[in-house]
Amino acid sequence: MSISQELVEGRLSQTTENLRTDELLLNMGPQHPSTHGVLRVVVTTDGEIVRAAKPEIGYLHRCFEKHSENVDYMGVAPYVDRLDYLASMNNSMGWAIAVERMVGIEVPRRAEFIRVIVAELQRIASHLLFFGTYGLDMGAFTAFLYAFREREKILDIFEMISGARLLYNYMWVGGVSRDMSPEAVTRIKEFIDYFEPKIDEYNTLLSFNKIFTERTKSVGIVDEATCHTYGLTGVMLRGCGVRWDLRKDLPYSIYNEVEFDVPVGSGQMGTLGDCWDRYFVRMQEMRESVRIIRQLIDRIPSGPHRGKVGKVVKVPAGESFTRTECPRGELAFYIISDGSAKPYRVRCKSPCFLNISTLNEITEGVMVADLIATIGSLDIVLGEVDR
Amino acid sequence: MIPSDSVVMTSVDEVLSWGRRNSLWPLTFGLACCAIEMMATGASDYDLERFGCGVFRATPRQADLMIVAGTVTLKMASRIRTLYEQMPEPKWVISMGSCSNKGGPYWHEGYHVLKGVDRIVPVDVYVPGCPPRPETLLEAVMMLQKKIRVQESSMGLLGALRKPA
Repeated sequence: MSISQELVEGRLSQTTENLRTDELLLNMGPQHPSTHGVLRVVVTTDGEIVRAAKPEIGYLHRCFEKHSENVDYMGVAPYVDRLDYLASMNNSMGWAIAVERMVGIEVPRRAEFIRVIVAELQRIASHLLFFGTYGLDMGAFTAFLYAFREREKILDIFEMISGARLLYNYMWVGGVSRDMSPEAVTRIKEFIDYFEPKIDEYNTLLSFNKIFTERTKSVGIVDEATCHTYGLTGVMLRGCGVRWDLRKDLPYSIYNEVEFDVPVGSGQMGTLGDCWDRYFVRMQEMRESVRIIRQLIDRIPSGPHRGKVGKVVKVPAGESFTRTECPRGELAFYIISDGSAKPYRVRCKSPCFLNISTLNEITEGVMVADLIATIGSLDIVLGEVDR
Repeated sequence: MIPSDSVVMTSVDEVLSWGRRNSLWPLTFGLACCAIEMMATGASDYDLERFGCGVFRATPRQADLMIVAGTVTLKMASRIRTLYEQMPEPKWVISMGSCSNKGGPYWHEGYHVLKGVDRIVPVDVYVPGCPPRPETLLEAVMMLQKKIRVQESSMGLLGALRKPA
């Protein structure tokens, strides 16, 4: 007698109790469209339920710390760019500030203005890419095309001022590598006027889309205690309602001279600290970045774009620990110098590594589809996880 | 206007290579920074689909072009080889960016970086740059299409029939 016949006759109810259900070990990645690079997640599933999701990293280990010990301080900057390749400007700004604090270099005010403007543009570009790819993860392809349309405009501006589209090597120790031309200033003004209404368009398109909110609300919840346990920073921390932003709380560069709000998650759609909260914090941050650029773009002072720095940066012996607010969280550099031209040791504390380390805890017992939503909302870049 | 009942005379090679070069399906396979430029090539401004090359497939079984976009580490190298072997014939490889060409900036001290993806898979077109601009990738695709055109393309089909396995 076939199973369907047994089902009809209602006799299968006795046998389902005896059905054996095995846990299945699934390898997600390293080649997978939703892992944002070469992440491999070893997933133990029980039917559709995720019992454990262990991230295995190291597929993009590019030996950053080893390189830093073998090139001089200026030479590290291109490698810093390649850590988090979606936010090169923010990364190299952190490195430049770290070295400048050790040497005691005074950065010209013009350079500070250019730095902050460019870093905020990069933050918008990075969040735009998150917006696009998160839409892709959720099955919405249109958002990707919208996001790249605007992102290309930012990249054009970057190309104008630094000569490159993705990895710029723009923030040098002591200032920036090239001055910002008046044409670039005009282009940035045009861009922020064009871009600000687009955020509302994105919200209509994706943020409050019923299908999207159903997929992301009350999924992948991170509470404040988890953040403190794992040392999470940035959007992960702000997503669960903690108002902590280094630009506001420990301001570096000229962030203390600009006014902006720190958006935090509110649990508006579901639970506080869910995927949707983290997503929406990023959307609001784009608006704040526009606000910062708008305050600075008309007030760029004249003067040199780079301070007096020799060809080889001489760093006195000592140690320094500097952290800056990158789009993905706090990026910190711990530098030990022995007084020679090259760093003795460089340690990079990357936010993405901490973000991905929470994956196992926050995805226990969720459905497989929610695992994808959670990985996407962590917004990891494997170049920075593996370094 | 060609009448619908007319006959077109051509060679098998010409027809096969025409079909192959105008429907290259790349593998969705990003490794590092170059992958972002590869995404940009497929997105709004550059639109790779104009060249019949935009159908990114998530599985190697359906793909016939592998764009190695990014740094190939030693841990990843064996996986790339596996992915290449899982792709059906005929297949082509574009090495995108300095890292996958020859190790790029990680040539000197990169103890964990493979010095060129051509050590594990045969490469058809090399794209220089760190990362290459989308236009450069487009040119590489067009160059590959030219290459497919001059290849004796029926060898893959008839050769398999002729030669014992």
